[in-house]
Amino acid sequence: MNARDNILQRLRAAPQGKTVVAPDVSGFYAAVRSAAPAEDRAACIERFCERMAFWRGEVVRVTRGNWAETLRALCLAKGVSSLLYGAQTAHAATLEGAGIKGLKPYDRPVDEWKLELFRDTDAGFTSTRGGIAETGTLIVWPDEKEPRLMSLVPPIHFALFDADQLYDTLFDAMAAQDWSGGMPTNALLISGPSKTADIQVTLAYGAHGPKELIILLLVGEEEL
Amino acid sequence: MSAHGNTQEHTQALHFVPASEFKQRTTEAVADEHLRKSFRGAMDFLMAKRAAQFPDPAALEAQRGLAEHIRKYSLARLPELLEQLERKLTANGVQVHWAENGEEANAIIIGIAQKHSAKLMVKGKSMVSEETELNHAMEAAGIAALESDMGEYIVQLDGEKPSHIIMPAIHKTKQQIARLFAEKVPGASYTESVDELIGIGRAVLREKFMSAEIGLSGVNFAVAETGTLCLVENEGNGRMCTTVPDVHVAITGIEKVVERLEHVVPLYGLLTRSATGQAITTYFNLISGPRKPGEKDGPKEVHLVLLDNGRTQAYADEQMRATLHCIRCGACMNHCPVYTRIGGHAYGTTYPGPIGEIISPHMMGLAATHALPTASSLCGACGEVCPVKIPIPDLLIRLRGEATHDARPGHAPLVGQGAAKSALMDAVWAGWAALYTRPRLYRAFGWLATRFRFLTPPVQSGWTVSRTPLKPAARSLRDLLAERRKKTS
Repeated sequence: MNARDNILQRLRAAPQGKTVVAPDVSGFYAAVRSAAPAEDRAACIERFCERMAFWRGEVVRVTRGNWAETLRALCLAKGVSSLLYGAQTAHAATLEGAGIKGLKPYDRPVDEWKLELFRDTDAGFTSTRGGIAETGTLIVWPDEKEPRLMSLVPPIHFALFDADQLYDTLFDAMAAQDWSGGMPTNALLISGPSKTADIQVTLAYGAHGPKELIILLLVGEEEL
Repeated sequence: MSAHGNTQEHTQALHFVPASEFKQRTTEAVADEHLRKSFRGAMDFLMAKRAAQFPDPAALEAQRGLAEHIRKYSLARLPELLEQLERKLTANGVQVHWAENGEEANAIIIGIAQKHSAKLMVKGKSMVSEETELNHAMEAAGIAALESDMGEYIVQLDGEKPSHIIMPAIHKTKQQIARLFAEKVPGASYTESVDELIGIGRAVLREKFMSAEIGLSGVNFAVAETGTLCLVENEGNGRMCTTVPDVHVAITGIEKVVERLEHVVPLYGLLTRSATGQAITTYFNLISGPRKPGEKDGPKEVHLVLLDNGRTQAYADEQMRATLHCIRCGACMNHCPVYTRIGGHAYGTTYPGPIGEIISPHMMGLAATHALPTASSLCGACGEVCPVKIPIPDLLIRLRGEATHDARPGHAPLVGQGAAKSALMDAVWAGWAALYTRPRLYRAFGWLATRFRFLTPPVQSGWTVSRTPLKPAARSLRDLLAERRKKTS
């Protein structure tokens, strides 16, 4: 008998107790929603911005036409001299055409340039898969085009987020995007820059991850 | 090897203080003004932050009801879910290991480390690895184990154990931490600025994330349907440990599994709100497998160690099974009047406070831990704030009983069953029962007690330390009533 069999055998030998029916999570959230007042898109976006600001995420409203130019200006203002990006992404061409200094593609395995990534990379730029208004949260699914460390190691994380992908709750996002149908190797929820309150309950930012999180929120011209 | 160069001497101090010396340590803790001030301040802060997250009691009740339901459902199907989790994870490329106790778990992890000739393991926050005393075992095998959560890093640097499961260094002031860093971190100068202190830790640990061959983490929820490990954190050290080193080893108790991804949503929402009064943490890290071909980073190997360590004993009893609902938020500690006064170290166990009092007896046996369930006034605050509705006060009473008698018919004895049995106490209760079930004897006793009350000793052991002595009344209630009836008639 190995550990696995012993553990499972002990669990199976325990009294069964009353049958427990499956919890109705979706019914629970449907009831919460129907009890809440209706909200339009503008209010939902506003709520996301407020919550994200509470986590000290900086939200900048941009359009499809001007986001790269805005990013260039932000990089200049923050003294960013190297910006990590994914060269195979849909937004790469726009980014490359914006005249941002020090654009650096994440184009080889981390093992080959770990030191440079940790020591000589000022900022990382990633897309996002969506956002959550209730908590002021970004959904980031790293992949081969935009690897995991882009949103973690550089001191500044710029995230491009399309307001069309804004959901009310985490439950809504999971259901709408069918997460349980197939998870990537790594999925992330990000709410603000890295922080800690481990010394005398005093909040400090930039514990191990980015010190700044800047969200480029893609909205329509009329929503700027 | 800067920050942990002196780990050899730490390993001695890192040993658990015996839980059996609990009473003596509580006396010392209560006399420590600094400690009491630290905990009082922090617990008040955390209680207020939590309360602000739950303005509507009815909504909170509904959420707790759902969360309890999910935990009950998961435990009812635990063996099947563990098998499903193993199947899914294996299909995703994660290697699953099982351990019956801490020693087995440590041996598995050391084996993985040795296979990769690892010299350094960086650790994200994991209470289960504290439970198995993994650091100690790793050091003994010649592999450095470095805590990277800021609070854990601080307590490890000082050769201590965490004093709170969410805020490990809560017992320390920033002046103490400033002195510690100036002394033990090469190149660090004394500063009381919290930002600068965090900056020092950040710089030291970033170097370690780069050089470590292995990253270790705990698991907050394991999802059976997708084979996903969920990690909750604010700092980003958990992401570092699970992403930068070539090998990621996760360790968790067998009770952490849930069936579906959607079951995580309400549990996660309650966990962060109950723990630190945050609506959400900075990071929620969902790991479903190692680096795939074509991916440029992430660990090349991912392992999961599933640990029993006494959990199946709690599972075997229908009432005590609720102990395993726990999602480790620490709210029961934050609200416990005893914990607030004595702090986490006095318990001498990995999990302090009310949850520690009901889980430690299963992990360490009642012989070492029978005093713990008595460290409660049974005020009920722990049960009231528990987000998964563990009836902690009921379980405290149950364990107090189990420590003083043999196993009841139909129940398997717990480890250390009856460890607090005392012939004197048994005799006192037998005498009491004899007296109170025999009216004549009882009356004779009353007659004697009222007449010879002058014989009661003025010093009555523990009772008179802070109370006036017990003394029978001059007349019994029965006599007084009889007299009054006579007068009125």
